[in-house]
Amino acid sequence: MTVITYREACKQALRAALVADPRVFMMGEDIAAYGGCYAVSKGLLAEFGAERIRDTPLSESAFVGAGIGAAMAGMRPIVEIMTVNFSLLALDQIMNNAASIPHMSGGQFAVPLVIRMATGAGRQLAAQHSHSLEGWYAHIPGLRILAPATIEDARHMLAPALADPNPVLIFEHVMLYNVEAELDERIDAVDITHASIRRAGTDVTVVTYGGSLPRALAAADTLAAEGIAAEVIDLRVLRPLDMTTVAASVARTHRCVIVDEGWKSGSLAAEVCARLVEMVFYELDAPIARVCSAEVPMPYAAHLEQAALPNAGRIVAAVRQVVRPA
Amino acid sequence: MPSLGPDMESARVIEWLVKPGDTLHRGDVIVVVETDKGAIEIEVFEDAVVEALIAPLDAELVVGAVMARLRVAGESGTDARAVAATERVEPTVSSPAPAVAPAPPSAVIAQDSVGTPAASSAVASAGHRRASPAARKRAAGLGVDLAGVSGSGPGGAVLLADLAAVSAPRVKRAGGFDAAAMRRVIGAAMARSKREIPHYYLGQKISMASALRWLRQANESRTVEARLLPAVLLLRAVGLALRRTPTLNGFYENGAFRAGDGIHIGWAVALRGGGLVAPAIHDVDKKSLDELMTGLRDVVMRARGGALRGSELVDATVTVTSLGERGADTVLPIIHPPQVAMIGFGRVVERPWAVAGQVEVQPVIGVSLAADHRVSDGHLGSQLLADIERLLNAPETL
Repeated sequence: MTVITYREACKQALRAALVADPRVFMMGEDIAAYGGCYAVSKGLLAEFGAERIRDTPLSESAFVGAGIGAAMAGMRPIVEIMTVNFSLLALDQIMNNAASIPHMSGGQFAVPLVIRMATGAGRQLAAQHSHSLEGWYAHIPGLRILAPATIEDARHMLAPALADPNPVLIFEHVMLYNVEAELDERIDAVDITHASIRRAGTDVTVVTYGGSLPRALAAADTLAAEGIAAEVIDLRVLRPLDMTTVAASVARTHRCVIVDEGWKSGSLAAEVCARLVEMVFYELDAPIARVCSAEVPMPYAAHLEQAALPNAGRIVAAVRQVVRPA
Repeated sequence: MPSLGPDMESARVIEWLVKPGDTLHRGDVIVVVETDKGAIEIEVFEDAVVEALIAPLDAELVVGAVMARLRVAGESGTDARAVAATERVEPTVSSPAPAVAPAPPSAVIAQDSVGTPAASSAVASAGHRRASPAARKRAAGLGVDLAGVSGSGPGGAVLLADLAAVSAPRVKRAGGFDAAAMRRVIGAAMARSKREIPHYYLGQKISMASALRWLRQANESRTVEARLLPAVLLLRAVGLALRRTPTLNGFYENGAFRAGDGIHIGWAVALRGGGLVAPAIHDVDKKSLDELMTGLRDVVMRARGGALRGSELVDATVTVTSLGERGADTVLPIIHPPQVAMIGFGRVVERPWAVAGQVEVQPVIGVSLAADHRVSDGHLGSQLLADIERLLNAPETL
């Protein structure tokens, strides 16, 4: 077992993919010479050359479109969009081409494209650079949306994503890159279909994903000291949602708190909540609670930014209300 | 939790028969509790409206604990509520469900500034018991009426935890008592009686010829269901006789005799499976034979079904036991404290009986009296037995 960062796990995944399959290549803004905005691809240019590690112009629509074309033509492109904030410029390509072409071509064209992007707030990048829009992408049929929250998932989700004939979007939370943990070398693959119970508990199910997982686990520690056993579920796959795992957990605990860094209105948290009501209404012993970001453009000031984001304290408070209503 | 006998320390709430908002009249049964004497229905003693049910199901409450809050006519709701704020049940022994104080009307889950759902505001419409979906499902599975469950959730909503104690349908009222516990209770009461009460005993044989002859005639005009049993004649005879010997009808408490407020005869009922209980039949001297027959049937059935009322357990001023057809000739009763007398009837048997110088075979019953020498003497006791004989020999006066 070795302790590595989430960033290093992402890099190892990229490197392994490049080694394993000559059809794999990367492109994106500043990924080659600079090594990537978050230094994930640092060193890959030297190892794999400019043919496979390609810097692109600052035109998301163009290079995402190029990636779609390459995938349709038989390549296995890994496109990095620096952050989800800029992905809106490529939204038409992602939604109207990548997600739609396999369907509209009657299956004649697969789009085995992987798009990686950073997401989330917490680094004082203010309102334009702090979005958590993975929930928007999870709205779109034809896409598979992944949110690796652990070192293990960061290391191993890429391979099955590349193997998927449909476009897969991988969202890496900016606050996770520096997180360190042991990588279990005995594990060499993960699935990209199931949610995972990161901590077992009996009193309440805390559903979360991505950058909110460490907050939820910290909250569970605090709650355990109060005698509340929280089960923490990492969704991992935001589309298609593995509601079987979530609903089974809620059927056991009878209570649920959903933690999502997105805004509450029309959020992924709203979707999970609605599906739980559809699936396990009669198992619920308390209203489902959600801990989401404040519905404001993300503030720049550090204390305001932190106040706007879900944190362990807010999760603890929400769980207390659900488990021990006043 | 009322005391249902001098030996009772606590009881378990097993069924609420009313819910907040119900209007009650004196005598209405409001709750069923399980005691060593089986499941007992507790009545209300005033006209009132139910404000809140405080004792959770399955809670073991000591005598004197607050079970529910009622508002009697003329009392303002807010006053009653204020009083109740200081009243909290302290369930003892084994209360799996938490004791619950009146919950605040609503508790909203911590919300973000935007999109606060109004869902958790108290939207409990009239007649709709607040309960979580999971609690509803489990209650349905258990056959539990949510109206009788006190809720610990927001706005008094019933949650799963409130049902945790409810493990089976609450229909265990048939024989719903612990025979061993009842035996202990009987033992304790009788030991106390033998230890404390200086009994004296009197016995007499009485011919039942006139009474049974009269009874046969009386029953000819009655439907099968309405027919009178010999027991009701004995009951009525004792009731009327006690009018003339009031010092045999009452209680010995704190070193003094206190006369009963009426002639309420505890009628000893043997329970199937062992044990006995002596529920009170009220105002025996003021009721007709038909009324008494109905009352006797009712109380015996309910005693065996475990559905007696609290007042029936505590009101008896004297006890009568009739051994019936399969009993012995004579019974030497042990007084049930704090009562001061007990009258026993053996079975009716045919015996030679002298009538006007001739020996006839007549139905004969042995009646006996055990009485408390701290209160009365054999002279008075003899008078009671003589009166009983006189009344049974003149059944038309019963």
